[in-house]
Amino acid sequence: MGQENTLARQQVDDLSSQVKSYLVGFMLSVVLTAIPFWAVMSHHFEKPLTIALVLGSAVVQIVVHLKYFLHLDFSKEGKLNTFSFLFTALIIVMVVGLSVWIIYAANALMM
Amino acid sequence: MNTAITTNLNDTHSETLISAAHGEHPDSSQNTLFGFWLYLMTDCILFASVFATYAVLYMNTDGGVSGKDIFELNFVLIETAALLLSSITFGLALIFAKRHNRRATVVWLLITFALGCVFIGMEIYEFHHLIEQGNGPQRSAFLSSFFALVGMHGLHVTAGLIWMAIMMIEVLKTGLNHRSITRLGCLSLFWHFLDIVWICVFTVVYLLGAL
Repeated sequence: MGQENTLARQQVDDLSSQVKSYLVGFMLSVVLTAIPFWAVMSHHFEKPLTIALVLGSAVVQIVVHLKYFLHLDFSKEGKLNTFSFLFTALIIVMVVGLSVWIIYAANALMM
Repeated sequence: MNTAITTNLNDTHSETLISAAHGEHPDSSQNTLFGFWLYLMTDCILFASVFATYAVLYMNTDGGVSGKDIFELNFVLIETAALLLSSITFGLALIFAKRHNRRATVVWLLITFALGCVFIGMEIYEFHHLIEQGNGPQRSAFLSSFFALVGMHGLHVTAGLIWMAIMMIEVLKTGLNHRSITRLGCLSLFWHFLDIVWICVFTVVYLLGAL
């Protein structure tokens, strides 16, 4: 009986901490969505600074989503997911980055 | 603990029964989730190629409209809010599912479903509006790549909504057994993954396009 009680309490603790983790992630992503939208819509900053702010917020928000919603981490069980994601990210950087580089360079040469 | 065992009685695998009684997940569920994760990684590369296409083509407007003329950021902000909210409501659904609370799971899934429908409804409205004004995908390379990228994300969300509807029926009919929780876990990965893709879409397409 006593064991069951501790189990129940453990589950409740687990519940509140899990909900809290989602709430933290949610609040962070609200802020990280609001910043770039505000920067673009208000024209408050110069263009280069706005672009940097928009891209920076996106990268941070992706990391927030990966950590709080997709629960990627370097624990023993989660390691494989994280490494497969990092490998995919490498491929993506090469596919997108190199395509854009090649085509823009070609465009510049054709001008 | 008792409920966990009774809900698992339908399962033919005695292995599942034993591990459920010990309160841990058997390996098969972890394998399923990892397999699904690998599928999502290939989906990531698919999206990345379409993003690369968009980045290469977005300046080719053929004398027609550019992103600056057609994007309405207020509209996109509401779409984003709907999708972001649906992420946390799905998270709550999954938390309740793991605690075998069938009613709360279905209620949160229903809210998530409604938010997803708001998002898709707004996207269909936007596409319809653009095509009506003669800015359909055939107008220019920019619009082709725009419709391809945003449309592909929309198709994924639609698939997620259909999956979610099926999961709600399954949870209502057969309850939260080990298998349905694994399936909900996969759907959760899918849903949160689409959220990340949407972050890239609103950043690259809408925000940088409207500058």
